[in-house]
Amino acid sequence: MRAVDAVMECLKAEGVDVVFGYPGGANLPTYDAFVDAGIRHVLVRHEAGGGHAAEGYAKSTGKVGVALGTSGPGATNLVTPIMDAMMDSVPVVFITGQVRTELLGTDGFQEADILGITMPAVKHSWMIQHPLEIPRVLHEAFHVARTGRPGPVVVDIPTDLSKVDIPYEPVTDVHLPGYQPTTEGNVKQIRQAAKALAASRRPVIYAGGGVISAGASAELTEFVTSDRFPITCTLNGLGGFPAPHPQWLGMLGMHGTRTANYAMDEADLICAVGARFDDRITGKLSEFAPRAKFIHIDIDPAEISKNVPAHIPIVGDARNILGKLVNEYRALDADAGRLDEWWQRIGAWQEKHPLGFTDSSDEEIKPQRAVQAIYEATGGSAIVCSDVGQHQMWAAQYYHFDRPRKWLNSGGLGTMGFGFPAAIGAAVGNPDETVVCITGDGSFQMNLQELATVSENRIPVKVLILNNGYLGMVRQWQELFWDNRYSQVDMGQTPDFVKLAEAYGVAGVRLTRKDSLVEDLRAAIAIDGPVVVDISVTREENVYPMIAPGAAAREMVG
Amino acid sequence: MGDPGTKELLSLEELEASGQMRTGRKHVLSILVENKPGVLTRIAGLFARRGFNIDTLTVGPTDDEHVSRVTLTVDGALHPIDQVTKQLHKLINVLKIRDLEPADTVTRELALFKVAADGVQRAEVLQLCEIFRGRVVDVTRRSIILEITGTTDKIESFESLLRPFGLVEMMRTGEIAISRGRGET
Repeated sequence: MRAVDAVMECLKAEGVDVVFGYPGGANLPTYDAFVDAGIRHVLVRHEAGGGHAAEGYAKSTGKVGVALGTSGPGATNLVTPIMDAMMDSVPVVFITGQVRTELLGTDGFQEADILGITMPAVKHSWMIQHPLEIPRVLHEAFHVARTGRPGPVVVDIPTDLSKVDIPYEPVTDVHLPGYQPTTEGNVKQIRQAAKALAASRRPVIYAGGGVISAGASAELTEFVTSDRFPITCTLNGLGGFPAPHPQWLGMLGMHGTRTANYAMDEADLICAVGARFDDRITGKLSEFAPRAKFIHIDIDPAEISKNVPAHIPIVGDARNILGKLVNEYRALDADAGRLDEWWQRIGAWQEKHPLGFTDSSDEEIKPQRAVQAIYEATGGSAIVCSDVGQHQMWAAQYYHFDRPRKWLNSGGLGTMGFGFPAAIGAAVGNPDETVVCITGDGSFQMNLQELATVSENRIPVKVLILNNGYLGMVRQWQELFWDNRYSQVDMGQTPDFVKLAEAYGVAGVRLTRKDSLVEDLRAAIAIDGPVVVDISVTREENVYPMIAPGAAAREMVG
Repeated sequence: MGDPGTKELLSLEELEASGQMRTGRKHVLSILVENKPGVLTRIAGLFARRGFNIDTLTVGPTDDEHVSRVTLTVDGALHPIDQVTKQLHKLINVLKIRDLEPADTVTRELALFKVAADGVQRAEVLQLCEIFRGRVVDVTRRSIILEITGTTDKIESFESLLRPFGLVEMMRTGEIAISRGRGET
C-alpha cells in the first residue's frame, strides 16, 4: 500500500478517531488517503487552531491528540501549539508534510526546517528518511507522546516518500533503548516521605498538572484525606482535587488565595505532586516556603531540584506512588491531634481573607460576577477552556472544579488564542458534555477564524467573552507597575462580536444586564450548536489577590 | 531582583550578581548516543539554551555501528551542569551520560601545527617536537607541519613554545576521554 495509507493504518491502530488539520501541497498524499481511511478529519481555518484543538482533545479525553499541517508555513504555524503542549506536558502527535527529498535544503517552495525549528520545543521528533520507516516511527511517536512525562512529538514526512508503495505490517512492539521512563517510585524514599509527613506539624500538599496527566486524582484524594492534610493546586492542577472539599485551600501562586500562599509560606513540609515549582508559584525563589522541607514526586527526574532542592525526591508515576504512600502513611498511625494548631491557623486566614470582590452597585457586570454566573448557569459541570489573561485568573478563582480534565488551560506558555480552538477539540472529544470557552476580547481575536470550523461542523462550543475592551492583564500591570502609563492596551474599535458570529452562521448573544445574567447565560448556552456570547464587563477591574512578580508570598496585595 | 516585567530599574551589578557563577571545575561529559541525524543539534541546543559555551566537542563511532560517542567539555559550576545532564538524559537518542572526574580519566587531544620555520630555527623546532614526542608530517622549504597528541595542557605549552618561531596556524580536535580502570566509560 502507499506509505500514506500505512499512516492511516497506524493512526487507526493507535485508536485515533479524529485529527485536526489543514491540507497543502506537501501533504496532499496524506489528504488523499483520508478519502478512504474512515478517520474523522476536522478542517480548521489555521494550523494553530488545529494544534490547539488537538491539545484540547488530549487534555479533556486523556488520549493522544493529532494535528496535521503541510510543509513550510503550515508547519511553522504549528510551532506555538507545539511549544504550548511542551510546557503543559500534553500528548500530541504533530504530522507535517515536507518538500520532496531532492529539494531538501535548497530553499524549495514552502520548505521549512521544521525539525530544526521545533527541536527545543518537542519531546522528540523524526524526519522520515526512508518510506519503510513510516509505520515504526509513527508508533514510536505515539509511544513517546503518551508515556512518561507526556509531550508533543513531530513527524515530518517528505512528500515523495509518502507516495511510495510499501509492504505494511502492523507494529506491535516499540522499544527505544534511550527511553525508559521510571514509573515505580523507590520504596525507601516513599517510606521516608510517609515518616516525614507523620512527623510534620504544618504540612501542605501542593499538586500540579502531573496529577491529572497521571490519572491520579482518586489516589490524590485518598492520600490527602488519609489525614487532614491541607491541599492546594496549581492552575493546571485544578480539578485534580475536588474544589468544594474542606481540606482544599484554593489555588496557590501569583493569583492564588492568601490562605494557600500563607500556608506554603509557613509550612514545615511541602509535598509536591506532579508540580514543577514554576516562577508563577514560587514568586521570589529565595523567600519561597523558607521553613519547609520538600518531598517532590515527579515522573521527570529533571524536575527534581530544578528550582527548589528536594529533601525527599521520588521519581515515578504519581498514581503508583500515591497509592503506596497512603499505605505507608496509614501504617504509621500518626498522631491525630498534631494538626489541630495548623488548621486553626489556616482557619483564621480563611476567615480573614476569603476570596472575594466588591460587586458593583448598579447594572455593571463585574467579571468575577460573570464567572460566578457561568458557574451557576452550567451547574458547575461544564468543561471550561480559558484563554489567557485576566478572565483566565477569574475563571480559575471563581469556577470551582470538582473533577479532573474539566479545566483546560495554557498554563506554562500562556498562549492567547488557545482557549477557543482547545474548546473545539474538547467538544469533539466529549460530544455529551457542555463545553464553554471563557475568553477575553483580546484572546478571542487571536484565533476567531475558527468560528468557521464550529459553524461548518456544528461543534457546540459556547464562547463566553468577558469583554472589557482592553488587554486587561497587561493594562493591570501597567497600572500597578508602570504608573498608569497605558501603552497599546486599549483594544479600540473591537468588532461587534454578535454580528461577527452571525456572519459565520453562528448564534450571537449580547449580555449587559446583571440581574438576569444567570438566566440569560442559561438561555444562551441552551441554544443548539455553537454560540458566541458577548458579556460587557467592568472596563478597569484588577485580578486580586496578587503576588507581585519577584515578590514573596507574605507580600501579597489586594 | 525584580521581575523584568516591572518598572524597577536594574543595575548591571545586580544583574551580574544574580547570575549563576560559571567558574566551577571543567566538566568532561562522555555521552553515548544513537547514531541518528539531529542528535548533535539536540545536545548542543540544550547547552545553548542555558547560555553555556561548549569548549570542545568531539564525535566518533564506537565498536557498535549504531552507537556514537560524544565527548564534550564545558566550564561550569556543579549545579548548572547537573540540570543540563538531566535534560540530556531526557533526549530519546541519548543512551548514557557520564560526567568524568578529571582524576579518574585519561584525556587526549590531537593537534596539528604549521610553523614558518627555516634555516637555523628549523633545528630548534624539530628539537622541541622531539621533546614533546611530536611527529613531523610535512616539510616544505619554508614551513613544517607537526603533529602532537596529549592532554590539553601539553598541547597548550607546546603551542606557547612554538609561537615565537612563527606559528602559521594550528588545528585542535578537542578532547576525547576514557575512564581509568576496567569499567566502561
